[in-house]
Amino acid sequence: MAQYRTCPRTGLQFDLEADKLMRWNAVAGVLWLLVGGITALLVILTRWPAIKLLPADQFYMILTVHGVDMLIFWIIFFEIAVLYFASSTLLRCRLATPKVAWAAFWLMVVGSIMANVAIFQGESSVMFTSYVPMMAAPHFYLGIILFAVGALVACGVFFGTLVVAKRDKTYTGSIPLVTFGALTAAIIAVFTILAGAGILLPTFFWSVGLIKEVDAQLYRMVWWALGHSSQQINVSAHVAIWYLTAAVVFGAKPLSEKVSRFAFLLYILFLQLASAHHLLSDPGMSAEWKVLNTSYFMYFAVMASMIHGFTVPGAIEAAQRQKGLTNGLFEWLRKAPWGNPVFSGMFISLVSFGFLGGISGVVLGTEQINMLMHNTFYVPGHFHTTVVTGTTLAFMAITYLLVPTLFRREMMFPKLCQIQPYLYGISMSVLGLVMMGAGTLGVSRRHWDMAFSGAPFQYEWPGAAYLMMGLTGIFGVIAVVGGGLWIFLVVWSLLFGKKLDGGPVSDKPTPIPDQSLAAHASGTGSHDHVQVPGTVVLAMTLLVCFILYYFVNWKYLSEVWGLS
Amino acid sequence: MSAILPPSDRLWWKTPISGQEWVWIGIAFVWGMVMFVMMIYWHVNGKQNLSNEVYKTTTEMFTAKTEAFVKENTIRTETDQQIPVAKPNAKGEAFLLARLWAWYPILELEAGKTYKIHLSSVDYNHGFSLQPTNINIQVIPGYEHVVKMTPTKAGTYSIVCNEYCGIGHHTMLGRIYVK
Repeated sequence: MAQYRTCPRTGLQFDLEADKLMRWNAVAGVLWLLVGGITALLVILTRWPAIKLLPADQFYMILTVHGVDMLIFWIIFFEIAVLYFASSTLLRCRLATPKVAWAAFWLMVVGSIMANVAIFQGESSVMFTSYVPMMAAPHFYLGIILFAVGALVACGVFFGTLVVAKRDKTYTGSIPLVTFGALTAAIIAVFTILAGAGILLPTFFWSVGLIKEVDAQLYRMVWWALGHSSQQINVSAHVAIWYLTAAVVFGAKPLSEKVSRFAFLLYILFLQLASAHHLLSDPGMSAEWKVLNTSYFMYFAVMASMIHGFTVPGAIEAAQRQKGLTNGLFEWLRKAPWGNPVFSGMFISLVSFGFLGGISGVVLGTEQINMLMHNTFYVPGHFHTTVVTGTTLAFMAITYLLVPTLFRREMMFPKLCQIQPYLYGISMSVLGLVMMGAGTLGVSRRHWDMAFSGAPFQYEWPGAAYLMMGLTGIFGVIAVVGGGLWIFLVVWSLLFGKKLDGGPVSDKPTPIPDQSLAAHASGTGSHDHVQVPGTVVLAMTLLVCFILYYFVNWKYLSEVWGLS
Repeated sequence: MSAILPPSDRLWWKTPISGQEWVWIGIAFVWGMVMFVMMIYWHVNGKQNLSNEVYKTTTEMFTAKTEAFVKENTIRTETDQQIPVAKPNAKGEAFLLARLWAWYPILELEAGKTYKIHLSSVDYNHGFSLQPTNINIQVIPGYEHVVKMTPTKAGTYSIVCNEYCGIGHHTMLGRIYVK
C-alpha cells in the first residue's frame, strides 16, 4: 500500500517510495558529478600549457572518465529523479512498480561502477565516444549497456506512472506542461537507448571476439544516434525545469500551452536526427544527406529551442507584469529575485544555453562551416555551454528547491548558496567562450600536447591560441571551484542541515483539484494575452547575435583553401 | 503555478496564440530556411565544399596505392626518419595515408593548382586538421576519401591529428609544402 506525505512548505505530495527513489537517484548522480568534477580539474590542469599536470596515458584515461561520468552517469541519474518527480509528485499519484524502479536503480549503479572500473584499469581509454576500431575492455561496453538497460526500465516506470495517474483520475484534463516536457525527455531516452543498444551490443560482441569487425563509419553514425540524442534528453529535461522554476518562483503560466507543447513535440520529431551533424566532415555520407539532416530536421529542433527561449522568459515577464512591475522594458527582470539561487541559476542557464550553446551549436552544425571546427576545441567549448551551463546548472538550481522539499533539510550557508550559481554559471560560460576561441584558431580537442613533443616536425600555434588555453585553465579552475561549492553545500546540508517537517503521512493521495471551473470563475481566461516587450527585445538581441556570428563564419570559411 | 498543474483551460489547444508568439515563431522558421538555403547556395557558388567522392578500401589496398604513389613521385626525403616528400605529377593525384602515428608522405603542392588528395586511415580514426589555414576532415579506416584541394598561399603547412588515436596521438604531425 502506497503512502503519501504532503510537503507543508510547497504543498507538493510525495509517494514515499518515489520520494526515496528520487533521493537515491539524485545522490548517485551527485556522486558521479563529484568524480566527474575531480577529473575535470585534472583535465584542465593538463591542458593548461603552463602546467601540463598528467602524463599522456593518464590524461586520456582521466578524460575518458570525465566524459563518461558527466555526460552519462551524473546527468541520467539526476534525470531519472526528475522523471519520477514529474510523474508521481506533480500528478499526485503512486509510483508504478517501485520494486522494478529499484531494480533499475541498482542496474544503473552496477553498470556505472563497472564502466568506471574498466576505465580506471587503464585498458579502456577510448573516450566517451569509443570509436571503433579502437577497442576497450569488454566490461567497459557491458557497464554502459547495463546502465542503459536500467535507464530504459526507469523510463518504463515513468510511463507506467502516467498510466496509473490517468487510471486513478488524480488529475483532470491534460498533464501539466512540466510533465509533458519530462515525457518528451523519456520518449527521446527510449529512442536513444535503443540506438545505443544497436551499436554497443555488436561492439561488445566484437570486443569479446564473437564478431570480426564493426564498420568504423557505421559505428559513428549509429553511435551518434545515442551520443547526440542523449543530449536531447538533457535539453528536454532542463527546459522542463526552466518552466518548473518559472512556475514555482513566479507563479508563471506558460504564455500558451499550445505553443510550448508543440515546441516539445518538435524535439521528439526532429532532434534525434540532429545526430547527423557529427558526421558533416565524414567521408561516408553524401552532401545531400548532410544538408537534409542538418537543415530540415535540425532547424525544426532549433526552432523549438528558440520558441522555448522566448516563452520561458515571456512567461516570467507576464507574471511579473501582472504583479505590477510594468515600468519600462525590464523592470520585471531587474526586480526578479536575483538572490534566490533557484531563479538566478535557471536564468543564467537560459541565457548561456541560448546565446552561447545554442548559437555555437547551430553554426557548428552547418555543413560546410563544420570543416572549420570539426574535432577542434570549439566542440567541447560548445557543449560546455549546453550540457553544463544549460543542463547541469539548471539541475543545480532546482536542487536548492529540492533539498528542503524532497530531502527535508534546510540549505546551509545561504550566502554561499546565493553566490554559487553566479560563480559556476559565469565562469563556465567564459570557459566555453575561450574554448571556442581556441578552437577557432584550430587547437585540437582530446590532445595532450600543444607543443607536439616527439613529433618529427614542429608546429607553433599562434600566440592567441596559447592565451586562450591559459584562460581555459584559469576559468576552468574557477568553474571546478563553483561546482565543488555546490556539491559541498548540498552534501553538507543533507548531512547537517536543519531537519524539516516532511508533512503528515497518509495512505490516500489527494488528487489535484479540478481548477478549470475556478479559472473560468475568476474571469482571467487565457484569452487576454499579456504583452512581453522585454522578452521581445531579448529575443531580438539573440537573433542579431545569431545572424552576425553565423555570417562571420561563412566569411572565415571563404578564406581557407579551395575544396571541392 | 500552471506549468506544474494541468492546464486550467481544458481546451487549451483551442486557445489562440498571441501575435508576439506568432511573430517569433515566424522569425525562427524563416531564419531556419535562410540557413538551409545558405548551405545549398554554397554548394553552387562557394569554393569550400567537402567532396562526395568516396570508395570503400582496405588497409592493404590503400597502403599499396600510397606506396606506388610515393615510389613514383618522391623528390627527396626529410628528417632523420627519411620521410619521403612527394610532388604529385601533372594530373594532380596524391595519396595521404594516416596511421599510428604519422601522416605519410609529405606532400609538395603548388599554390593555385587543384589536387585530388586520396585520404584514408589504415588503423584507427584520425583527424586531418590542416594548420594554420584550419580545415578539418575526419579520416576513417576502410573509406578512401578523394578530396579536391586548391592551396591558396605558399608556405609550410602542418597536418595535426585531431581525432584521438592513442598514446602517441600528440606526435602525429604531418606536413604539406605549398610552393
